[in-house]
Amino acid sequence: MAKVTMTVNGKSVSRDVEGRTLLVQFLREKLNLTGTHVGCDTSQCGACVVHVNGEAVKSCTMFAAEAEGAEVTTIEAVENDDGSLSVVQQAFQDHHGLQCGFCTPGMVMTATALLKENPKPSEAEIRDHLEGNICRCTGYHNIVKAIMAASGQDVSSVAAE
Amino acid sequence: MPKDNGIGASTKRREDVRFLTGHGKYTDDINVLHQTYVHFLRSDVAHGKITSIDTAEAAKMPGVVRIFTGADFEGVGGLPCGWQVTDRHGEPMKEPPHPVLAQGKVRHVGEPIAAVVADTLAEARDAAEAIMVEIEDLPAAVDMKAALKDGAPKVHDELSDNLCYDWGFVEENKGAVEEAIKNAAHVTTLELVNNRLVANPMEPRVALGDYNRSDDMSTLYTTSQNPHVIRLLMGAFVLGIPEHKLRVVAPDVGGGFGTKIFHYAEEAFCTFAARQIKRPVKWTSTRSEAFMSDAHGRDHVTKIELALDKDNNFTAIRTETYANMGAYLSTFAPSVPTWLHGTLMAGNYKTPNIYVNVKAVFTNTVPVDAYRGAGRPEATFQLERVIDKAARELGVDPIALRKQNFITEFPYATPVAVEYDTGDYMATMAKLEEIADVKGFAARRAESEKNGKLRGLGINCYIEACGIAPSNLVGQLGARAGLYESATVRVNATGTISVMTGSHSHGQGHETAFPQVVAEMLGIDESMIDIVHGDTANTPMGMGTYGSRSIAVGGSAMVRATEKIINKAKKIAAHLMEASEADIELKDGAFSVAGTDKSVAWGDVTLAAYVPHNYPLEDIEPGLEETAFYDPSNFTYPSGAYCCEVEVDPETGKVTVERFAAADDFGNIINPMIVSGQVHGGIAQGIGQALLENCAYDENGQLLSASYMDYAMPRADDVPFYQVDHSCQTPCTHNPLGVKGCGEAGAIGSPPAVINAVVDALQSGGHKVTHIDMPATPSRVWAAMQG
Repeated sequence: MAKVTMTVNGKSVSRDVEGRTLLVQFLREKLNLTGTHVGCDTSQCGACVVHVNGEAVKSCTMFAAEAEGAEVTTIEAVENDDGSLSVVQQAFQDHHGLQCGFCTPGMVMTATALLKENPKPSEAEIRDHLEGNICRCTGYHNIVKAIMAASGQDVSSVAAE
Repeated sequence: MPKDNGIGASTKRREDVRFLTGHGKYTDDINVLHQTYVHFLRSDVAHGKITSIDTAEAAKMPGVVRIFTGADFEGVGGLPCGWQVTDRHGEPMKEPPHPVLAQGKVRHVGEPIAAVVADTLAEARDAAEAIMVEIEDLPAAVDMKAALKDGAPKVHDELSDNLCYDWGFVEENKGAVEEAIKNAAHVTTLELVNNRLVANPMEPRVALGDYNRSDDMSTLYTTSQNPHVIRLLMGAFVLGIPEHKLRVVAPDVGGGFGTKIFHYAEEAFCTFAARQIKRPVKWTSTRSEAFMSDAHGRDHVTKIELALDKDNNFTAIRTETYANMGAYLSTFAPSVPTWLHGTLMAGNYKTPNIYVNVKAVFTNTVPVDAYRGAGRPEATFQLERVIDKAARELGVDPIALRKQNFITEFPYATPVAVEYDTGDYMATMAKLEEIADVKGFAARRAESEKNGKLRGLGINCYIEACGIAPSNLVGQLGARAGLYESATVRVNATGTISVMTGSHSHGQGHETAFPQVVAEMLGIDESMIDIVHGDTANTPMGMGTYGSRSIAVGGSAMVRATEKIINKAKKIAAHLMEASEADIELKDGAFSVAGTDKSVAWGDVTLAAYVPHNYPLEDIEPGLEETAFYDPSNFTYPSGAYCCEVEVDPETGKVTVERFAAADDFGNIINPMIVSGQVHGGIAQGIGQALLENCAYDENGQLLSASYMDYAMPRADDVPFYQVDHSCQTPCTHNPLGVKGCGEAGAIGSPPAVINAVVDALQSGGHKVTHIDMPATPSRVWAAMQG
């Protein structure tokens, strides 16, 4: 056991963890931040994406100890300060970009990071960027549409609801 | 102006807010005080005799609470099968026992042999490494046809062979079909494989068993599509726990697609072990574990013959299918290749003579059961592929050949025992041709060819039987359960409403769509209505969600219960307004007396029901709560026409889906936004089956595709935007909402469209390819082009 200290959602936290503890386990089990999900064991599905120092990271691919001193943001802290949904979250609701909701936290974290580095991504760029996030429910149609809408692009020509 | 409340409104989903903010409550998010964790030691061989299990060293390891093996389950029931199929000769199917933990033998990779319960998951895993299991390898039965040969390894020693059943449908049609094929002007024959798939909901399965000694109550939290079914099966058949001492909770569930219908060993284990050790026991599947323990789907090998007369009218269809059951019969496995498959072989066409033969086979593989569509995609794929092949052999337009043979008059009784109530196949095909811009295809093909690519267009139709199902009918067919649905409508004193339903939402948006129906009936705002589901403690006995049944069956139960509410509320309103009950009208959330300006608001009536100071107590009871159970009188028959356009790279064989269009007839629609979303998801799963996904075993029964590194899930860049339309609506005639269900259509309708398009593309390039098996991977397509 070793003590790990990091800032999670703006709050400094310290916990004793085993060396093999993954960041996602730290978030879910030590901090009860269960919005970050585990959908696979090969770093393929992206349900566990969080932001580490502002970058989208699969939290199953790093040990908690590797996040020592880092700023971590999870899905629980993406909404606006007044508690309203962020632009990306709101677009996902408006365009039905989620069904069962399990991949959704990872999708939102990935999309949020994408729009920070590429404010107006094309459809192809979005699809390419979502390569590491698997959704089994939506067929991606409304996820891609929601991200385009969140970036301020007109999606009225994209096939109907 | 689109509606913003009630039936037909694209109401935004209320469940989204919790999912978007990380506040969904999935089973793995639940933890109970003093909880333990279980890790299952699973077989790494397909078939073998367990000669010894030594747990002594493992039991001494840190944190270990107890280790269970098959010996601990002697005297405990096995996992039951919920459907008994009767074979061609009137004999019941073979039904070998299905133990919770392996007894003496292992029969597939992934079968649980021992279970380590420890204080932490890491300790349980570590200890499992120290268990010494000796298994004497046995030859495995993997290929279905080989498994039926004399001398093949037997999956179950006590059975005469690996044949579960040999089913003929309709047996009396067999002679007429043979005659029609003999006299046909043309017969098209096609042999094909419907590839084995893994459903892969993004949330892996989880089970958490809890036991409370103070009231002898067991609680199972589980990732299920049907908590009442799990309580019934596990309580009555496996563990002998009466219903009132067993609660099953399926909270937010991250997708199901059929694979979370079934009662699994891990659920029974956690419930059983919690009672034994008097502490909660939790199991969370890893994805790799899911690949070898979730029931798989499809896996049919089929030969289909289509006979046509000289005018190209279909005269007969004959099919022979080998259907893989895996090593054990999963909960509804026997029904999938039979009643959910054979009854759909007429498709959208008036073919007078049909005979379906299905041989279900035990193999040393993971059990196979229902996966989105369940039997209907297998029927649709073979039928729509053979029609396409026939059109090419005869040199006729595949759309014209379909139209010529469409059923056009309803109701229509097929030769395979079902009666379609409504449909308009010409309309959906016309709509498809419009939205897919079939006319513009030639120009698009020319453009692709300019870029060195081959382009193909594939069309197909589908029909499905869903809204499962009339209980008396399925009882005759071998179901060991009723398939009604239930709803309790509880009106609170201030007029708000809780609807307790036996349906279960795991992505379908019931919490949004179901209130739309009640709001429409009562003329009140949807926000006044909440849906309660997923917990046997607070919902009436219901059969859950699968087979596109929630709105057609569960919605109908809710309508019936709401009708009872309206009837009683009218009596109260009549009393309050001193009018005759017959004159009371309910409109826009108020009761009025016909022909007068007297009215009383919804909330005043509901308050009177619970504060009955001025109330007809001599005639009716206080309170406003009603329950209804709805048993459908027929299946519903959604139908549609799908179109896929692909490009094939002749250099590599890579297929890309360029366009995809779907025109569906779902009858009346409650929430168009949600319906489109269901179709989108189904299409992606169908494209996945056609181009990417394959659950592969080697000849020894070793599972080769046991992670997302090896099993190709469709990703965002594998699919295009889809053009979907559901404006063709022929309402169902036998349920109160006129709805048909939409959950499975996309997965049923899309695979043949993709493969028809690939074949079209290859033929346009001069390749004499008449069929390509799914998934049409680059290597298969490239090989076909060389061939």
